[in-house]
Amino acid sequence: MYNAGKIIFGLLIFLALVTFPFYNNIGKVSAKPEPKIDTPEIQKLPENERKCVEPKDFMRGEHMQMLNDWRDSVVREDNGIYMSSQGKQFNMSLQNTCMKCHSNKKEFCDKCHNYMAVAPYCWTCHIQPKENKS
Amino acid sequence: MKIFFPLVIVMILVLLVFAGIKANLYFLFGVVIPYAALAVFVLGFIYRVLKWASSPVPFHIPTTCGQEKTLPWIKQNKIENPSSALGVIIRMALEVFAFRSLFRNLKTELRDGKIVYGSEKWLWAAGLAFHWSFLIILVRHLRFFMENVPVVLKTIEGLDSFLQIGVPLFYMTDAVILAAVTYLFLRRLYLPQIKYISLAADYFPLFLIFGIVLSGVLMRYFFKVHIVGVKILAMGLVGFNPDPKILSEIGAIFYVHLFLLSILFAYFPFSKLMHLGGVFLSPTRNLSNNSREVRHINPWNYPVHVHTYEEYENDFRDKMKKAGIPVEKE
Ligand code: HEC
Ligand code: HEC
Ligand code: HEC
Repeated sequence: MYNAGKIIFGLLIFLALVTFPFYNNIGKVSAKPEPKIDTPEIQKLPENERKCVEPKDFMRGEHMQMLNDWRDSVVREDNGIYMSSQGKQFNMSLQNTCMKCHSNKKEFCDKCHNYMAVAPYCWTCHIQPKENKS
Repeated sequence: MKIFFPLVIVMILVLLVFAGIKANLYFLFGVVIPYAALAVFVLGFIYRVLKWASSPVPFHIPTTCGQEKTLPWIKQNKIENPSSALGVIIRMALEVFAFRSLFRNLKTELRDGKIVYGSEKWLWAAGLAFHWSFLIILVRHLRFFMENVPVVLKTIEGLDSFLQIGVPLFYMTDAVILAAVTYLFLRRLYLPQIKYISLAADYFPLFLIFGIVLSGVLMRYFFKVHIVGVKILAMGLVGFNPDPKILSEIGAIFYVHLFLLSILFAYFPFSKLMHLGGVFLSPTRNLSNNSREVRHINPWNYPVHVHTYEEYENDFRDKMKKAGIPVEKE
């Protein structure tokens, strides 16, 4: 091998970059986010009706899309009533619908979002539910 | 043929994923193949670099385009024709970060019977747009691999989604990379000279990268997957402790994304994509132009073996005498 010093130095940098996610996580335990749904509003519902606007699997993936659609529908089309696939009606509102049931933003929305490192900018205008700081 | 063969291969790869998902091969596509691809990538990359490093570069052969260092009253172009290590580093940095040599790309045309040269910056612009958005996208993905995402990554992501279009926020790099890859492909298709020299090995990485970007875009904006599940899987992979339960919850399109990426990684060391490492090892770029200042000694035949007349005569004295040729020593 020629120029061994420089070659090995370069390869070490390459290895350090490629394996970064591996050694960066050594000794760290990664906890899955467990959003809590034990809010008073949800507890009030009868056991078999403790459901979200749409089925859970759908909400998990599509809730941001749904919020965007709701926003457009309310702000641009002046239509504030959402008909769910279960045939239930909901008032399309971030604060008055989602956050009424999910009044525990820190224990619910933020659990996932912090894990994913997303910070929805909605709360610069919309008011967060009042919670005990924990 | 040169176009359709790689296109069909990429399509087959995509269909393979759907078939695998149908057959419940989640562990294969979610864990085994990604690990194997990464191993091939790292080992193959090191192998290629070591192979290159085993070829001697006896003389300094930079291709320069500026005044060489010479008499004190003639101004040297220290970057285009470097004579010091610092100059080389700056020149390399310009090459790696700004594609300096591609910036000089010229178009040659015959106009009214005369050859004319014009500047041709589109390839440079598209190449730069492609590589930078690829890098930003790669760096952005690190958030799937870390528990506490550092501010730098959040800032990059914030800048990339700065337009705040839609929810989930639209990333500018997604559009830029799609446009750039499309341009780089159409260029090969429409320019006759480029089409003539393009091989299947040129189209294949383009299609593969296009497939990766497209599946990523579809997954983010259109067919949503269980993103939290993706991160749980990714964290499991980097901790060598993947959670098999999460695999089936994520969604097929994610596996298309991951599988095409794995193929890209595994293919990387054996393809032209190795220019990632190669750019640093290009003797026409990474050497200083000091051939007149420093004596460069050829490593493979130094000290030069010379055969003197005396030795020659020693070898053949008998025969020379027999033939009547005069010799210096009896
Ligand atoms: C009627 C009360 C109610 C309303 C209104 C409501 N949710 Fe829910 N939400 C729930 C319940 C209950 C669950 C748990 C469902 C389950 O476990 O099947 C849930 C689950 C979810 C989940 C999935 C959590 C997980 O663990 O995967 C998300 C995301 C979510 N809701 C977001 C929203 C958003 C966004 C809105 C407003 C568009 C909203 N919810 C409105 C009651 C509600
Ligand atoms: C610049 C401030 C601002 C930001 C940021 C913002 N909103 Fe709004 N949003 C408003 C205002 C003002 C209204 C009320 C419009 C009206 O009632 O006509 C509204 C209305 C809505 C509505 C329908 C009405 C209601 O009561 O909720 C939804 C849904 C909504 N926003 C969702 C979002 C989401 C999701 C985000 C984050 C991605 C967001 N908004 C970010 C200002 C904002
Ligand atoms: C099951 C976990 C989970 C829960 C619970 C959850 N989210 Fe999300 N949310 C996500 C994920 C994942 C994303 C997308 C992240 C990404 O694109 O990487 C997201 C994205 C969003 C976005 C778009 C942000 C952006 O910048 O693109 C909004 C708005 C949002 N969520 C609102 C809410 C609200 C409001 C709640 C609580 C009612 C909530 N979410 C609860 C997982 C969750």
